[in-house]
Amino acid sequence: MEFYRPTSWREALEIRAAQPDALPITGGTDVMVELNFDRARPAALLDLTGVPEITGWSEREGQIQIGASMSYTAIIAELADRLPCLALAARTVGSPQIRNRGTAAGNLGAGSPAGDSHPPLLATGAKVHLESVRGSRELSIDQFYLGVKRTALEPDELIRSIEVPAARGPQQFAKIGTRNAMVIAVCSFAIALDAGSRTVGTGLGSAAPTPRQATDAQDFLAEALPWADRDPLAEELANRFGELVAAAAVPIDDVRGSARYRRHALAVLARRTLGWAWEEYRCA
Amino acid sequence: MSAPANIDAPTRDGVGDSPQRPDGIGKVTGEFAYASDLWHDDMLWGATLRSPHPYARIRSIDISAALAHPGVYAVLTHEDVPGAKYYGLDHVDQPVLAIDTVRYQGEPVALVAAEHPEIARRALAKIEVSYDVLEPLTDPRKAAFDATAPALHEHGNIVRHQPVRFGKISEGQRAAEVVVRGEYQVGMQDQAFLGPEAGLAVPTEDGGIELYVATQWMHVDLRQIAPCLALPEDKVRMTLSGVGGAFGAREDLSMQVHAAMLALHTGKPIKIVYNREESFFGHVHRHPALMRYEHGAWRDGTLVYAKAEIILDGGAYTSSTMNVVANAASLGVGPYSVPHIEIDTYGVYTNNPPCGAMRGFGAVQACYGYESQMDRLAAELDMHPLEVRRINAISQGSVLANGQVVDTPAPLAEMLDRLAATPQPEPADQTDIRNLPGGAANTTHGEGVRRGIGYGVGLKNICFSEGADDYSTARVRLAAVGGEPTALVHTAAAEVGQGLVTLQGQIVRTELGIERVVIAPADTQIGDAGSTSASRQSYMTGGAVKVACEAVREMIFERAADQFGVPADELSLAGGKIVAQCAGVLAALADFLGTEPIEAVREFHHRPTQRMDPVTGQGDSHTQLALCVHRAVVDVDVELGLLKVVELAAVQDVGKVLHRNSLEGQIHGGTAQGLGLAVLEEIQVVDGLIRNPSFTDYLIPTILDMPPMRLDILENPDPHAPYGLRGAGEPPTLSSTPAIAAAIRDATGLPLTRVPIGPEDIIHSVK
Repeated sequence: MEFYRPTSWREALEIRAAQPDALPITGGTDVMVELNFDRARPAALLDLTGVPEITGWSEREGQIQIGASMSYTAIIAELADRLPCLALAARTVGSPQIRNRGTAAGNLGAGSPAGDSHPPLLATGAKVHLESVRGSRELSIDQFYLGVKRTALEPDELIRSIEVPAARGPQQFAKIGTRNAMVIAVCSFAIALDAGSRTVGTGLGSAAPTPRQATDAQDFLAEALPWADRDPLAEELANRFGELVAAAAVPIDDVRGSARYRRHALAVLARRTLGWAWEEYRCA
Repeated sequence: MSAPANIDAPTRDGVGDSPQRPDGIGKVTGEFAYASDLWHDDMLWGATLRSPHPYARIRSIDISAALAHPGVYAVLTHEDVPGAKYYGLDHVDQPVLAIDTVRYQGEPVALVAAEHPEIARRALAKIEVSYDVLEPLTDPRKAAFDATAPALHEHGNIVRHQPVRFGKISEGQRAAEVVVRGEYQVGMQDQAFLGPEAGLAVPTEDGGIELYVATQWMHVDLRQIAPCLALPEDKVRMTLSGVGGAFGAREDLSMQVHAAMLALHTGKPIKIVYNREESFFGHVHRHPALMRYEHGAWRDGTLVYAKAEIILDGGAYTSSTMNVVANAASLGVGPYSVPHIEIDTYGVYTNNPPCGAMRGFGAVQACYGYESQMDRLAAELDMHPLEVRRINAISQGSVLANGQVVDTPAPLAEMLDRLAATPQPEPADQTDIRNLPGGAANTTHGEGVRRGIGYGVGLKNICFSEGADDYSTARVRLAAVGGEPTALVHTAAAEVGQGLVTLQGQIVRTELGIERVVIAPADTQIGDAGSTSASRQSYMTGGAVKVACEAVREMIFERAADQFGVPADELSLAGGKIVAQCAGVLAALADFLGTEPIEAVREFHHRPTQRMDPVTGQGDSHTQLALCVHRAVVDVDVELGLLKVVELAAVQDVGKVLHRNSLEGQIHGGTAQGLGLAVLEEIQVVDGLIRNPSFTDYLIPTILDMPPMRLDILENPDPHAPYGLRGAGEPPTLSSTPAIAAAIRDATGLPLTRVPIGPEDIIHSVK
């Protein structure tokens, strides 16, 4: 197996163009498991950890650019104030060792519906910056996921960064796992309230072939929430929101849980996270 | 001879102290060599082709393409097994490599040796096996009772049926004022040791084999390996390699014969290491159980009868099912005095994964059954769960289900009182989500959370039961090395992580009054030590080291008596010196020994036991019994079914604390493994196929799942055992599971009859 370790973004794109079957790797927390179990036999690995342009993050006009090789640990330490939802999700990823290595861009590259980064990125309306030697493009996050472990990434493209708007209101993330740590999501849910535009974003994980938004639930809530009066959350409203979130899910039965449980849990998580977010909004 | 009576300078790091493990630093820093780290110049890598089907006939095996693969040195099938084609722990029925039938998913079919593990894997994929797939028998009840089910072995599908008939059940049924019935299930738990199966086989010039393996019992391996290789036992020399946990999963052979076959065939050293996924197929698991219980009592809570049917799914081969059945039967009503008992325990063959030894060994399953019943009885009588247990608790002099009189301390009532007096944990601090169910996954800020409290009591037999000639062998050699008296201890006992290497040194220091002890590598150049299982090595190998030390001491005293003209019975050893009662120090041991070491090899046997009567189950089948009790406090999010075990408190009687740190580790670890069985750990098997052979989906407790523990350790000595000790490793594994299950029932009000209890059991029962 060939192993490439470019030292610049340009070089990385050129290798990617020349050898599209080279598998990009940063933290390796997904890729190495696949290799160890002999489930994947890529012709080459393209190690991006030596590329300086994709480390760290920057902020421009309220938009945070998260470099493709920024670890979950760094997201938690440096972005919990600006991106609370993503930081909450990052805290639930694996163990400290996994969080030190793993990246949100890696979650996107793997395209697993269970990835913990997806719901916050969906709820906050993130964009993915893709580049190749042909040029660059920007995809809205909901355009990125095509199917189970299938994404819009072209064979010669690399994820350069993820752009997430700094929080414009309360955000929450919750994840069901059957263990209290180091567990893949049975299902997960993210909610982001935009106090300025009085809109609501949602994201569902492990609930369909791809991560997805619950658009009916978002629309319902944006309309129904007493934004101006900041009244306490009505129980029927929270319940209806939970039902609409559950209705947006197309879950499966698998070794981690049944479709029935996933729908039930999503409704509960939707109700609860909305309650927490709304309390924060009212008290702000 | 008793321990030295007159010790002026008590020995440091002796029995009762907590010295550091000799292998501790290496293990913590990653320098300790486990079996998977073994390396030999010129070695090849072995790999195993396994059946994808739970039940099939093999029509043909074509190895030609695999053999032609570059870098491949050998491809072997059952035809290449040099000697006996079958082996087995207690009953020879398992093929070294499948012959014409595969009986479980993962059964070994063929072997490859290649110069690289990756090449070996690719060659495996080129072996063409043609199967006629058969309908697997996967329902253990059907295997036990349905005569139309296909017979998986010549003698049918029942490995052992062990009845227990004690008293007269009809009298009990007439006398009972209340009756509680329940059906309970235990899922298939895995031992989940961290060091996968691994070893190295090196061919020797005399046509024999040297085997370096991670195992629990080298001599029983040897007795199975040698016939399969058609070699005399003295041509198979085994040395224990670094063992990364065992818990019963290394009692059966895994890669031993396979590596040796490949080594003999190629003339080269062969290394085999399973990966985690293969490990799930490469060892036996804990027997799943289907149990029906019926208890009758008077209104005051006194038990008058108990009736039980226990079906244990042994999977495709016998392994240790016969002995697991005996435990579940003889301990089937637990540590309670019951005047009339009728138990039928069945171990059966199915096409599910083979099941055998795991910490707790049959007693775990029964304990979950009878403890669930005790809670049911308490609820029926509106009594406290501890009270109904206290009323019926055994004590010294009580009679167990097998008719055996408990002839050593069994202070269960006192243990329950102490548990009742243990302070309760505070309510969870809900401002930190890590204290709540779901933890950092942020699923609740207190919504839906209810607290429950539950209790569990377990009774475990220690050492081998039912007439086994259970013994261990130790050689102790005392010599002057560099001016210091130094003891070398040599046994075949397997250190699997439990700390026997530490204890051996402590015993020598206490018995010989010296400081320096070297533990020789465990190998088969000395007599049998028996298995590192049944909580028996402190008792048995500890006992063997103790009696070998006593023999050495006696030889010293005889020689010293001659030399110094002092009666031998006035001598003692302390601080590396020979001391006389009146004359004081006679000589430094190092000077006394000079260039003449003193050595003794001794066997230690425990008192004999009897087989259970095949019809009545009566017989003094156990040599020692041990008790542990648990209280579990659990917070349950009843809307999501997630939970947090808040605290586990345990009271255990260990006879004598030999090494407090190690002991507490055993109680913590055993309790954690019981927690795993209660709420997390299950190999999910559907139609004979394992659905979750990975640590991604087979979940064992993390440190965030295992709560702090309160331990209360009692020391009521067993006069039959060395130092009065009682085996301690298994009992906590029994009682923590029912305690946690009871706490969840208390929190939710649900019957919850099956473990492990998952979120869906709670949610879908609530609705």
